[in-house]
Amino acid sequence: MYSRHNTTFIRTFSLKEKFFNLDLILLFSILLLGVISIFAQYSSSGGSFDYYSKSHALRFGIFFILFLGVAFTPINFWHSTSFFIFLILVFLLLFVKFYGIQSQGSRRWVNLYIINLQPSELMKIGVILFLSNYYHKISEGDVNKVRFLLYPIIAILAPFILVLSQPDLGTAILILLSGVVVTWLAGVRWKIFAYLSFAAIVFAPIAISFLKPYQKSRILTFLDPDSDPLGAGYQIIQSKIAIGSGGLFGKGFLNGSQAYLNFLPEKHTDFIFTLFSEEFGFIGSVLMIFLYFLITYRIIKIGNETRSIFGKLYCYGFANAFFIYVAVNMSMVLGLLPIVGAPLPILSYGGSSMLAIMLGLGIVMSCNVYKNSAVG
Amino acid sequence: MLSFNSSNIASKTKTISRRMFLLNSIKAVVLIGIFGRLASLQINEAKKYRSLADKNRFRETKFAPPRGVIKDYFDKEIASNTRIYQLHITPENTPNIKKLLVRLKSLINISDRKIASIQKRIKKQKKWETTIISDNLTWSQFSKLNLFLHELEGAQPVVSVARVYNNNASAHAIGYVSEISPRDIRNKKYLKNLDIPGISVGKTGLESTLDEEMLGSPGFLRYEVNAYGKKIKQVSIDNGLQGKTFRTTLDDDVQVFASKLLENVSGAACVMDIYNGDIISMVSSPSFNPNSFIHGIERKEWNDLLSDRDKPLINKAISGLYPPGSTIKILTALSALENDIVSSKLTVKCEGYIDLHGERFHCWKKKGHGIVGMRTALKKSCDVYFYEVSRRLGIDRLAATAEKFGLGKKVLQNYSEEKKGVVPNTKWKIKELGKNWYIGETLHSGIGQGYFLTTPLQLSLMTAQIANGGFKIQPRILINKNDKFSNLQKFLNHKNSTPGNVMSADDQIFNFGLQPLFRNQENINLVKDAMFAATNEVGGTSYRSRHKKKEFMFAGKTGSSQIKRFTPEQREAEVKQENITYLERDHAWFVAFAPVSDPKYAISVLVEHGGSGSSAAAPLAKKIIKKVLEKHEKRSRHSNGLKENV
Repeated sequence: MYSRHNTTFIRTFSLKEKFFNLDLILLFSILLLGVISIFAQYSSSGGSFDYYSKSHALRFGIFFILFLGVAFTPINFWHSTSFFIFLILVFLLLFVKFYGIQSQGSRRWVNLYIINLQPSELMKIGVILFLSNYYHKISEGDVNKVRFLLYPIIAILAPFILVLSQPDLGTAILILLSGVVVTWLAGVRWKIFAYLSFAAIVFAPIAISFLKPYQKSRILTFLDPDSDPLGAGYQIIQSKIAIGSGGLFGKGFLNGSQAYLNFLPEKHTDFIFTLFSEEFGFIGSVLMIFLYFLITYRIIKIGNETRSIFGKLYCYGFANAFFIYVAVNMSMVLGLLPIVGAPLPILSYGGSSMLAIMLGLGIVMSCNVYKNSAVG
Repeated sequence: MLSFNSSNIASKTKTISRRMFLLNSIKAVVLIGIFGRLASLQINEAKKYRSLADKNRFRETKFAPPRGVIKDYFDKEIASNTRIYQLHITPENTPNIKKLLVRLKSLINISDRKIASIQKRIKKQKKWETTIISDNLTWSQFSKLNLFLHELEGAQPVVSVARVYNNNASAHAIGYVSEISPRDIRNKKYLKNLDIPGISVGKTGLESTLDEEMLGSPGFLRYEVNAYGKKIKQVSIDNGLQGKTFRTTLDDDVQVFASKLLENVSGAACVMDIYNGDIISMVSSPSFNPNSFIHGIERKEWNDLLSDRDKPLINKAISGLYPPGSTIKILTALSALENDIVSSKLTVKCEGYIDLHGERFHCWKKKGHGIVGMRTALKKSCDVYFYEVSRRLGIDRLAATAEKFGLGKKVLQNYSEEKKGVVPNTKWKIKELGKNWYIGETLHSGIGQGYFLTTPLQLSLMTAQIANGGFKIQPRILINKNDKFSNLQKFLNHKNSTPGNVMSADDQIFNFGLQPLFRNQENINLVKDAMFAATNEVGGTSYRSRHKKKEFMFAGKTGSSQIKRFTPEQREAEVKQENITYLERDHAWFVAFAPVSDPKYAISVLVEHGGSGSSAAAPLAKKIIKKVLEKHEKRSRHSNGLKENV
């Protein structure tokens, strides 16, 4: 009853205790995925340690240490700074909007000297953090009040629109979905989602008119990939050929002809799963999906065990977001969704994406390490 | 406050957990969907996608295998294959195509025009596709290229195989090959999916008709390429199968001899074995160099060939149509005898002309032949006699006999360019010209003028079928291993093995299943005897061309087919053929069989605008006959690949 004033909950943990509080299954799953990702990048570079595979390995090493650092940082810290983090990210997005590095027709990166950071990737976590914090604070009765709906809507739509205008449809959608999932978990009524969806559908044609031609063509191609086999449909077709030709057992490590002979587009990033699937076949792919499933499951489990609403919302929100990243990427390369540009967590090459995922996982782990400490 | 907080937390947790459960269920559904898709791609459709991946990955270039060879009777190659030296370039391996071409221009003499066309072709092709810069380099050009290869980045000297013809004599009979054209692809089904750029295909003659079999099966080179089409490595190579080799009945030696003989005239000569129909020789003059076409003919040479008055590209032996002239008299006489219209005893008085049906018909001899019988009429080729005979015979009966002996239809099946000619009759005229037949036309037809049109090969067949005693033969130019002895050949073998055993015509026909073209063989013999007289008796039309040696003695009939009728003034002035314009001179014919004692070969010679058969054609025939007979023994000794059908 007086738990809030009980000092035992605010005590600091020894490093040894902290270590034993780590979810080791989650930890080793992440490590395993990281190791696999290095091999996948190695294969993607045609079987050599070139720029891509080297920097991927290096980043994974650094970000894994960062992940441990975040994990050992009290969850309270993340709770209390979540609003601030969110603001910084919004600021960075605005900064990118005007001063960002432009590449291939979109402005997504901010030059931080050590790294070209993509704030939109971090925003995928930022929005979850912010909303978890927000719903942690307000009472359940207020959740569905219009006044209290305003903040979440702004918190979701502002980064969504900023990222969409970069333009980066894929990341924008992932930010939107991550945010929506948290608000949904917090108990926002069905009706409200229905209204908002209706409004979205009404405004969709207007939104589509703002899409870049290449984005429109991607959506059209998804509906009929064979209509333009050497244009936008090329990626989907080649990806399906690569995966299909992998068969049950795959072509073997470094033997994926589609990837090796460059038929596969963006094989380092969005299509890394295609490469993996071509080389390791159905069995390898199923094991890979299982690994992602295991990670998702462990995150949910941590969420289950976390007492604080913030922790729960964050873990569940992140688990869902993580699952969405995986599902969207895989559906995309399998030709189930249009190519929107969504990396596969950890496996795909890309510093910002990996950084976001590792930070996100770190905060989850922090929930586990400090699962018995109060948040507030 | 606190209790509120606790219950608030508990209630919130409950909501969150409930909703999380729902989301987890959705996740499960999504996972199942992804699994299903993976299974469908990697298990159900793996085969399809594997083949698509291979299609991406491998590229094939087809190349032509060596073409089948055409040999003569003695297995000498008439159309063979030779090693050629080529220069290829692949744009993706060539850093500077323009520079390379300029350098090549000075090294191997490529014309500016050729360079322009090469550059155009390169632009149209994919950059990994090979372009042939020069496909027939001399050895010195080739070695020069190899010497400077280090400064010719991208150029590839290649040794290949191409057609070569050893002489021009058989250019018409064999035909020629040249680079495949869009028209070939349209017209010939088997070329549709061949897809070997620049392959040589048969254009005329046997090269054209036997093309499909001589092409062989293409070889291919399979190599792995990346997404940009760059060659990564060679995967497999299949050398293909050389095309079928064909042996012909031709004697290359005789071909060369006859062609040389006809060198200075425009005409044709055909020699046929009278028993088995083998075409020993078939030449057309002037000839052309078939090798010029193989690597693309020079524009000038092509234009010269096209504009030549004597039409070198036409195979006159089978595509040249000429009125048979007096050579038809053999058939006119035979037809009249066979139909019992006249007896061989019929005599007619020739005064140099005859007035029939209000029209005057002239004999070639202005003074006339006096009273002539059939033998003399044939020997001296008296026109008046045959006016009378054909008047009684009528065109339809003459036409029936002519068709029986092979006129008016194709002799061989091996040539698309062969012409049928015309054997006119009353029905034909109504059908083709929509007019009734006039009796005067019968008289002209009876001496081989008018509507009659024949090829030299047809007349040699006609002569052969007279010479062999009046039996049908099937001429051939290709030797097929499965060919059986013809019935006539079997009869001949029997006759040779049992000398002195004289068999009646009926027995011959019965025992050997021969196909007689006569009603009474006596009539054939009468005609043959008259032909003997025409060559070997004083006053015969070809007496001056006779062979005195018994083994070369031949019997023949001259002919001249009128191009333009003489005007009365010309006739009065006895204008000589050599004094009129070349193109208005008569075509000269000579048909013969030899040797007279035991006929073996039939020959026909045509000399366009040669004037008279006796002066222009017969002397040539004489020489060819000698050549052929000299080779007879060698020919009969040489295995002809026939199997005795017991």
